[in-house]
Parts: sequence; C-alpha cells; structure tokens
Amino acid sequence: MSKKTLIVIGNGMVGHHFLEQFVASPGATEYEILVFGEEKQLAYDRVHLSEYFTGSTHADLAMGTADWYTGQGIKLQLNEPVTALDRDQRIVTTPKGEYGYDELVLATGSFPFVPPIEGREHAHCFVYRTLDDLDAIRASAQEGKSGVVVGGGLLGLEAANALRSLGLQAHVVEFAPRLMPVQLDTDGGALLRHKIEELGVQVHTEKATTDIVEGENARLRMNFSDDSHLETDLIVFSAGIRPQDALARASGLEVGERGGIVVNDQCTTSDPHIHAIGECALWDQRIFGLVAPGYTMARTLASVLNSDRDAAFTGADMSTKLKLLGVDVGSIGDAHGQTPGARNIRFNDEQAGHYRRMVISADGKTLLGAILVGDNSHYDTLLQYALNGIALPDNPETLILPEGQGGAPALGPDALPETASICSCHNVTKGDICGVIDAGCSDLAGVKAETKASTGCGGCTALLKNVVDNELEKRGVAVSKDLCEHFPYSRQDLFHLVKVNGIRTFRTLISQHGKGQGCDICKPVVGSILATCWNEHILATDHVPLQDTNDTFMANMQKNGTYSIVPRIPGGEITPDKLIVLGEVAKEYDLYTKITGGQRVDLFGATLSELPEIWEKLIAAGFETGHAYGKSLRTVKSCVGNTWCRYGVQDSVGMAIILENRYKGLRAPHKVKMAVSGCTRECAEAQSKDFGVIATENGWNLYVCGNGGMRPRHADLFATDLSDEELIRTIDRVVMFYVRTADRLQRTSVWMENLEGGLDYLKKVILEDSLGICAELEEHMNGIADTYQCEWKTAVEDPEKRKRFREFVNLPEQKDPVQQWTTERGQRRPVLESA
Amino acid sequence: MKARTFWNAVCSVEDLVPESGIAVWTEDGPVALFYLPHRLPALFAISHTDPFSGANVLARGITGDLGGEPIVASPLYKQHFNLKTGACLEDDSVTVKTYPVLLDGNRILLETTENQREAVAA
Ligand SMILES: Cc1cc2nc3c(=O)[nH]c(=O)nc-3n(C[C@H](O)[C@H](O)[C@H](O)COP(=O)(O)OP(=O)(O)OC[C@H]3O[C@@H](n4cnc5c(N)ncnc54)[C@H](O)[C@@H]3O)c2cc1C
Ligand code: SF4
Ligand code: SF4
Repeated sequence: MSKKTLIVIGNGMVGHHFLEQFVASPGATEYEILVFGEEKQLAYDRVHLSEYFTGSTHADLAMGTADWYTGQGIKLQLNEPVTALDRDQRIVTTPKGEYGYDELVLATGSFPFVPPIEGREHAHCFVYRTLDDLDAIRASAQEGKSGVVVGGGLLGLEAANALRSLGLQAHVVEFAPRLMPVQLDTDGGALLRHKIEELGVQVHTEKATTDIVEGENARLRMNFSDDSHLETDLIVFSAGIRPQDALARASGLEVGERGGIVVNDQCTTSDPHIHAIGECALWDQRIFGLVAPGYTMARTLASVLNSDRDAAFTGADMSTKLKLLGVDVGSIGDAHGQTPGARNIRFNDEQAGHYRRMVISADGKTLLGAILVGDNSHYDTLLQYALNGIALPDNPETLILPEGQGGAPALGPDALPETASICSCHNVTKGDICGVIDAGCSDLAGVKAETKASTGCGGCTALLKNVVDNELEKRGVAVSKDLCEHFPYSRQDLFHLVKVNGIRTFRTLISQHGKGQGCDICKPVVGSILATCWNEHILATDHVPLQDTNDTFMANMQKNGTYSIVPRIPGGEITPDKLIVLGEVAKEYDLYTKITGGQRVDLFGATLSELPEIWEKLIAAGFETGHAYGKSLRTVKSCVGNTWCRYGVQDSVGMAIILENRYKGLRAPHKVKMAVSGCTRECAEAQSKDFGVIATENGWNLYVCGNGGMRPRHADLFATDLSDEELIRTIDRVVMFYVRTADRLQRTSVWMENLEGGLDYLKKVILEDSLGICAELEEHMNGIADTYQCEWKTAVEDPEKRKRFREFVNLPEQKDPVQQWTTERGQRRPVLESA
Repeated sequence: MKARTFWNAVCSVEDLVPESGIAVWTEDGPVALFYLPHRLPALFAISHTDPFSGANVLARGITGDLGGEPIVASPLYKQHFNLKTGACLEDDSVTVKTYPVLLDGNRILLETTENQREAVAA
C-alpha cells in the first residue's frame, strides 16, 4: 500500500512541536511528511527571540536540527511559502511547484498588526517577530540613538528592552491610559510604569499616532493627535498580532469575524482533511497568543491523526508570569474581575514597589484571577488555587500579605489535586509525576527526564521540586542529604559547620558532628572544604589521609600504578625554552608525552619515587603544578585573540592567563574549566566550559555552567559587556557561591540546574546581591588568591613530605615488578597482566 | 603442614602515616601497612596488590570504617577491602591476603613465610 501524504504549512514553534509528537506515534508510519516554511531558518524558539540580541544565535534558539528532520524521514522545504491552496484537488502551490496532500496541517502562526498610520512604510519602521526582523532592527540601530516602540503590551515592553540593550534611548508609546492594558489594572499598570521609567525607558500613554514624517534631529518624527510629537531614529510596531489565515480565507475555509481559522475540539477546520493549530487557529471564538496552548493543540492533533476518539482540545489557561525589563509581572485568569459578583482584594506597598490583587468569587470560596507587579513569589500558589478551584482559606487576604504580617505560607504540594498542572509547557500534571515515581523514578532528574517537566520555559522548576520531594518522602524514599554513614549532613551543611565553628581538622569535625572514622566519600569532601576555608597545604599532616591518592601524591594515578604529570601552562601560552625543558625531562624519565584538550602537556609513566625529582627540575625551569589531579581549576583555554587574529577584538590570551593565575589551586566540589575567546567566532569553545568568556567590542560576555564530557551542556549567558574588573568580580562571586553551596562531585551545570530558581536565581544572587553575601564571597576569593602556594614547590622543599614518595619504604631501590613496558609509535607504554 | 613463618622487621614507627598506608617490600611480595591510631589494634597489613587492576597501589587508598569495620578503598576502581579479613565489600569472591603485624618498640614486625633480613623467632 502506498503511503498517504501529510503536508504541514509553517515551520514555527507549534508546527515543530506537532512533528515531534506525531513522528513518535504509530500512525506516522502511514504518511510521507512534507513541511513548508516561509522563513529561511528552521523552527526556533520565538519566546526567547530577544536573546538573539544578547548573544544567542539561531543555532542556540533552534528547536531541532536538519539532521533530525532527515533522520525522521521528514522533507523540510524552508524559504518556500505556500501561496495557494486548492481544496477540491487537494493541492498546495508554492513558487517552486505543486504538491498533493491527503491531510493538511496549517501552523502558520500570526503576523504583527501595524496600525494604518501614514508613513508606516518608512525604511526605519519595523515589527518584532522573526530573526530577520531582528537583523533589520540591529542594522538600523547601529547608526541610531533612539527608538520608539508603538504598543505598551507584553511584547512591546520586551521590544523596548531589546532597543535598550542595543544602546538606544527607548520610548514606549501606548494608546491606552496604562501599560499592559490586557493583563493589568490601573494600579498595577501605574506601578509597572514607574518601575520601567526608573530603568530609563520613557513611557507615553494615551497617545494616538497620526502620521510619521522625516524628522529634524532624528530620522523620523511621530505626530500625535494631541498635537505633541516625538523624534526618533527607528520605530518598532508592536500593536498586537493577527492570525495568519490568508490561505484559509482564499480557499473558503471558515474563518472568524476578526480572523483566525475556525477549528473544533479536534483542531480540524471546516474541511475534514485540513487542520489548524497554534496562533492561526480560532477555537471557541478565541485565539491563543501563547505557546503552551499551541503545544496542547499540537498534541491533540497528533492523537486525532492516530484515530484517538477521545482526543480533544478543551481550551487553555492564559495566565502569564514574566519578567519585563527585570520587573516581575503576573496575571492569572479573570484578572479584571469580569465575572458577575466578583470581589477584589488589593495589597499595594508603594514603598517596596509591590502590587497584588486577587479576584475572588461572590461566595468568597474560589480564586478567579489575580494581578501581581513587582514580586511574583505568590504566583505559583495563586495559580494553583485558581486553576484547581481549591477552596480559599477563611481569610483569603493572607495569601497576598507579606509573610510576617499575617501572610499565609505557600500552598503545600499535598493540597494540590492529582489533576493539577505542574508544568504547562509539557502538560505534566501532579498525577503524571506520581505515576513515574511509582514506576521507579527516584529523583528529580529522573522525573524531569521521564516527563519532560520543567524543560520548557522553566517557570515550574521550584514547584516541581517541591512536588517530587514531597511524593518521594511520602513513599518513604528518604530524600537523604546525608553525605555518608559518618555525617548526617550535606556538603553544604558541612561547609557551614566548618566555616562557622572555625574547624580546622577532619578529626575535630567528625568527633563533634559525625561518627566513626570516615571513609573515601567524606574524607575528600572535608579535605576540599578545609582547603577552601583555610587554604593550608594539602600535605599538612592532618590533611594527608583525607586525600584521594591523586591529591596526596599531586599527580594522576594511571592503571599500572604510575602517575602522569601536568605542569600548568596558563592560557596555553609557553615559551620555546620551557617547551624544551618539558621535552628534556620527558626524555630523561622516558615519559609518554601527549598534548591535552586543555592546551597543555601530559607526561605519563612516572613512578611514585620519581615524582619529586621530576618536579624539582620542572620547578627550577619555572613551572608550577597544574592541579590536574585535584577537584579544582584545570585550565583556562584560549584562542590567540586580537594580538594575532584579524578577527579578534580583545586580548583573549592575556585574560586567560589572568584568570588561570587567579583561580589556580582553589579547591571545589568538582573540577572547574574555563575558556576565553577573542571574538564571537568562539575558537576556544568557551560555551562548553563552567566559565566561558567571549570578547565583545565593549568588553567581555560571561557564560556560566556549561559542560563538555558525558553530558554536554551549553553555558548560559550570564552578563554582557563586562570590563576586566567586572568580569573577575563576577566570576569570583559565582565560583565562591558554587564552592560553598554545591554538593559533592557536582559540576557547575548540575549545580545550577538544581538551584531552586535556576539561572534567574543565580543572577539575582550574583548580580543583584539578593542574599547580601557578595562582599563576603569576594573577600573569601581574594584571601584564597593571596595565600596561593604551589603545592609541589612546598613539597619538594620539605624532606618530611618527600618521605611520602617512597615506593617501598624499606627498600628504596626496589622497582615495582608489575610495571612492565613496551614501545608503541615511538613511545613507552605499559603492559599490564591483570590478576 | 603449616609453612614455617618468620617475623620480619620491615620499617620503623616514623615511617608510618597516621590514618593512612605505606608500602613495604617482602619476599612474599609488596605489602601495604596501615596505621589507624584511633583503633585497637591500630596496625593492619594486607597485600599491596589491587586484585582488580593487578597494580601495586592499595597502600595509597583512603582508609576509614564502614559499619564499624576498618577499610581501605582502592585508589583505582574504588572497591573497599576489610583491613582485618581482606574481604572485598563489593565482590564476595575476592579477598586480598592479610598478614599478622606487630609493634615491637620502635619496629614494625610482619609475619611472612620467608626469612628476611632481621628475623625474630616466631
Ligand atoms: C518577541 C516574542 C516574545 C514572546 N514571548 C512569549 C512568552 O513569553 N510566552 C508565550 O507563551 N509566548 C510568547 N510569544 C508567542 C509565541 O512565540 C507564539 O505563541 C508561538 O510562536 C506560536 O507558534 P506558531 O507555530 O503558532 O507560530 P509561529 O511560531 O509564528 O510559526 C508560524 C510559522 O509559519 C510560517 N508561515 C506562515 N505562513 C506560511 C505559509 N503560507 N507558508 C509557509 N510558512 C508559513 C511563518 O513564517 C512562521 O515561521 C512571544 C512571541 C514573540 C514574537
Ligand atoms: S510550566 Fe513550562 S510552563 Fe512551564 S516550566 Fe514547566 S516547562 Fe514550563
Ligand atoms: S575566537 Fe575570534 S579572535 Fe579568537 S581565534 Fe577565533 S576568530 Fe580569532
């Protein structure tokens, strides 16, 4: 039987999500799938479009890869808009040809509405929807000083922030009397305006633009109906969106009065072979301008095409929680209290800049809606009350009062019904989470992997963790934070105990706060904590037995019991003379020599007793230990930068050397890697490191918590255009916060993912000093940098410490008989007959 | 018939590292000596050879206790060995050889099958 053809028009967020869902279903085998996209790029994350201005590329925002499409057997034709639809013949037409279909999916999204103002075709007028739009805005902004956004809604404010990040004086012109008229009320809008103006964005409300003409002091001049005017170099229209229903209209499908392709609960249009999902679809007279409802439609349609009779789209919640120009804004359900009999409770703290409003039912039992400005910490709880119809407490106002003034604690996870939606992006309910836990998932990471919860916008991270911990505890899975049988504490707890009580030895710690003698889990952890807190030599008598063999002998043990040696080569920069010394030492001791991925040289095959001799020679030549054995800073990789490279904009090698010298020797929960690239071409692959630095015209962009290895993760952009001092200060803070709060063997990537509130929280702590600890973190880091000593130098100079390096204490000349060698590719390598 | 054994002095107290191990060479092969001053007895001797890798490294492992029993963790693949019995905690079928060990004044005496240097009558 030959396959049927399924055509999808539109390769946006919802179209892509549909394909992901559909190809994973059994019904997919019956179809050839063909996808047309008008944009030239593969589907990308439009929700995070603005990040394109702060360093993200299309590849970062892309939702899939061309390889994925090929691998799934999907034919993807980008840059090829569908121009006509013939429903009788079941044919679509593009500039390149005609294609027949059996089933057709319209996922054409929407287009920005530009009000019919005279002069709107001017070259420096833009909309804000696609990557191409942003490229055009960026180009225009380069020569400009100011920019106006027409429209003070959610997207308009985001666009204003983007203009600001491009270095323009930003203005917002809004027709209504307040900002975000759809989501906010008068008080909320006024507070938001106040906060945004504080950030330097000028807000003009109740302004109707009559025409746009050439300006005198800037490129353009906007005239308003009240005879005032505003001059600006560019204009971005953000006055709402309209469903892209042109094909549907032209082919006679039923469309709504104000646009939108009419669909039923199965997301099928008035033609049974044509379906519509996402922002182009009109369901129950409603358009959904958010991504989560579009995803739900996509899932529904995938089930419908698998002949699932129960599949139905039943509407979606339009509540939103966001940060606009750094200001928390939340809007839930019936925010304006339009339900008959609805009553309001307001809390307004002008001093703190917090506004909260609850809309409750006439009987006072249920929460219908809410508005939050300035502080979204009450959002999750309020949303759960509203979505799940949970009965309000007798004094509902306690829900929005600050804690300490009679405010109620957040709603516990037990109060949520099984149907409560925890992650709306991926439609995961509390019941789903309980399901995977019952099926054997025993931690947060497992639940995330199984359900995809919290892998969308991430807004539900904290709630998800609460629910998972609570369910695990109920099932008797002790969510044990105990390090091991000797300490009933987490690494972070131990750090505190050591620091606060000034504890300097393992023995004191275990006798006061633990039991037994310790083991290979807790000893290295405590060793690392003591090293971070007091920075004493790791071979100080009390510390020796705490270390892993690699730390004890300050080299990396290899499979036959010999060691490898990695001297530090900061930034990968080395003089020919030093390189010759490495070669000479390697030759003398017959060490297998290899260049590492971190731009240094690894010398293998030294016996225990050779280590101090070899280091004596290396130190004499000016080398220092590279800490390749420690849970500490490894290397700061760098590209050659602007000293040589014609693209470079900063001295990346110089910065790498500064960073490497600053953080060398710092003991951490796990190894830490850094890199510095001299321009956005990123030759040093900084974004795969714990700390990645990329040069910009104005300074440095800092990326944090990336990872290579087994579980690769791109680092997140953390701060932009930092000066040298700002860069170092920021890294100081993050690194010390990591050292203090991470778990044993937790790389920065996992640490950040497990921080409640994730990246945003980390930014608050580090960039806004929300915990008030930044000064302490910096001081601590300064102390460590000041007391740095090369451990090998100290060791070779101390005869007592050198005693540790005897292979057999009673027979110094005795060679270890199991260390047998052979030659391969001109170098020595071990032969080891395993027992 | 029990093989004849000898007590051999292998090193002095100063050579020991508290809470840690050192290696000595005997005619029976390399032996790891551990000194855990907070236990009684405080001295333990087991084969220095890690049965999982064949490498002579056990003296360089981290010591401690698990469930009250003294242990060392192999520095290569991290298996734990009971210092009293030589039993591997992760694999029932594996045991490393243990040796009787004594403190005699300043000398550490080890009982092996071969006479070495300074023999002391058993
Ligand atoms: C700046 C910005 C910020 C946003 N922030 C949020 C947010 O915080 N939260 C949230 O939930 N939502 C947000 N949104 C909205 C969200 O991006 C949309 O809801 C979502 O992208 C809708 O997906 P879609 O697939 O329906 O449409 P789209 O993603 O727009 O995709 C439609 C695609 O179809 C293509 N197309 C149209 N006609 C044709 C044709 N004839 N032939 C071929 N291809 C065609 C279009 O070129 C487009 O690529 C934001 C949007 C923007 C612009
Ligand atoms: S709720 Fe999204 S909405 Fe969302 S974090 Fe979970 S993944 Fe998202
Ligand atoms: S990252 Fe930029 S500066 Fe560095 S080598 Fe590559 S192109 Fe040159």
